[in-house]
Amino acid sequence: MNLIVDAIAWILDPAHYGGPNGIGVRLIEHLWISVVSLVIAGAIAIPAGFLIGHTGTGRAAAVLVSGGVRALPTLGLISILGLSIGIGVQAPIIAFVVLAIPSMLAGAYAGFEAIDRRIVDSARSVGMTEWQIVGRVELPLGLPLLIGGIRSATLQVIATATLAAYISGGGLGSFIFLGLRTNDYTQMLAGSILVIALAIAFEGAFSALQRLVVPAGVRAGQRTKVRSGSPRSAAEAE
Amino acid sequence: MFTAAKGRLAWSAVAVGAVVALAGCASGDPLDEGTSTGEEGAAAPLVVSSQAYYSNEIIAEIYSQALEEGGYEVDREFQIGQREVYLPELEAGNIDVFPEYIGSLLQALDSEAAGGTADEVYADLQEALPGGLTALEPADASDQNSWTVTREFADKYDLTDVASLANVTEPISVGGNSELATRPYGPEALEAQYGVPIAEVKSIEDSGGPLTVKALVDNDIQLANIYTADPNIKANDLVALDDPDGIFFPDNVVTIVSDKVDAGAQKILDEVNAALSADDLVSLNSESVNDQKSADVIAEAWLTENGLI
Repeated sequence: MNLIVDAIAWILDPAHYGGPNGIGVRLIEHLWISVVSLVIAGAIAIPAGFLIGHTGTGRAAAVLVSGGVRALPTLGLISILGLSIGIGVQAPIIAFVVLAIPSMLAGAYAGFEAIDRRIVDSARSVGMTEWQIVGRVELPLGLPLLIGGIRSATLQVIATATLAAYISGGGLGSFIFLGLRTNDYTQMLAGSILVIALAIAFEGAFSALQRLVVPAGVRAGQRTKVRSGSPRSAAEAE
Repeated sequence: MFTAAKGRLAWSAVAVGAVVALAGCASGDPLDEGTSTGEEGAAAPLVVSSQAYYSNEIIAEIYSQALEEGGYEVDREFQIGQREVYLPELEAGNIDVFPEYIGSLLQALDSEAAGGTADEVYADLQEALPGGLTALEPADASDQNSWTVTREFADKYDLTDVASLANVTEPISVGGNSELATRPYGPEALEAQYGVPIAEVKSIEDSGGPLTVKALVDNDIQLANIYTADPNIKANDLVALDDPDGIFFPDNVVTIVSDKVDAGAQKILDEVNAALSADDLVSLNSESVNDQKSADVIAEAWLTENGLI
């Protein structure tokens, strides 16, 4: 366990916090790159997902595109983009946006699709406009799945944001690259542990948020379902 | 209740996963695959290795094909990281033939080493090598580290050698692999020795490859660590600054061999090195970078051309 103890000691060493290569700056860079990528990806994927989920058209195209995009290797994308737009954070951010879009898109449209059509129809029959249906029915009911999509995109982006350091974008990947290049496994592992800790922190926050956003009515319904755990009562519920 | 239990389960899974993953890293050297038993006898193939650097791999491939031509069995273990990673393997006798560069290797073995001419460095290297390893006669070809600037930047400040970088009045950005910061010729040395005004060191992890060249041409960085045998220097009209004080050691190509490499095999490698000129190395690299040929094709063509196979 020596290497882990060393790595934790490395993280706790105050000497590693100051300066442009310190943990403080690198952590902020990492967060900044991740958050910017996720916000851009969300601005593209969530409205698109809502549109697909609400209208039910374009789903096949969305599945196809997001499936294809998922297969793109991020490091390759960063290198290619870097060769056309230069070093720095832009190329990694575009690559991370591409990485985050499929999960968010899937979360957004799956959230809408999972809603019982009868609920949407009844909303329409009581005279709700399409905007009201989206805002007051589909959005709240689809929110847990959407948050789930954002959660998985966040996890992917935080873990992959280490690659920004490949092209002078900074972030916690700097420790991993420097450690790898100079055989300094302590530093490499310390960098990895910091990324893992960051990912777990976000994971915890999202899992709390995901539970929080379940609408009260749906939560009540879930509780009934939980109580009726036996096959007999499940059959009754059908 | 069900949801809560699922949540706990997920968290335990994360925790267990983390512990397993960390434990995997904990067993000392992650690259250690256990002591190699090294089968005795002539049947054991010679292990030829290379750095994770395309040019080094081409040389290793040339050695491999030449040795195979001479009737030796070769086991190719190419692309093993940077020097810090493969040097322990070399010292442990797990690698038999390795293309190296005299100055960089000497500096890695002896951080106090004095520079000098190629001959002096080669003599020092022979002494510095641990037992069981021999440095064969170096080639004429060299692939040195260099501090490289664009032609425009060189003209602006009248730059010819590294010392003239002191003429630069604006703070500059320096680019190269992240390990540059730890090297004796790194940005800190430039600042201390020549008073070069350095604003920022940007890590670009492609070993002076296309991204580094692009950054230099774009003026994102003004000074880059690029190898002198890189065809990009010529293609992009870059200027590799002279190094009169020898902050970079001469880096002629040299073959490091283990005791398993017998006289016959050494003779083959000596012949290859004798034929490998500086221009040859640049054109070999160019075939890889510009023509996108694979190492084995380039190696075979060069060996055939020089009548070695």
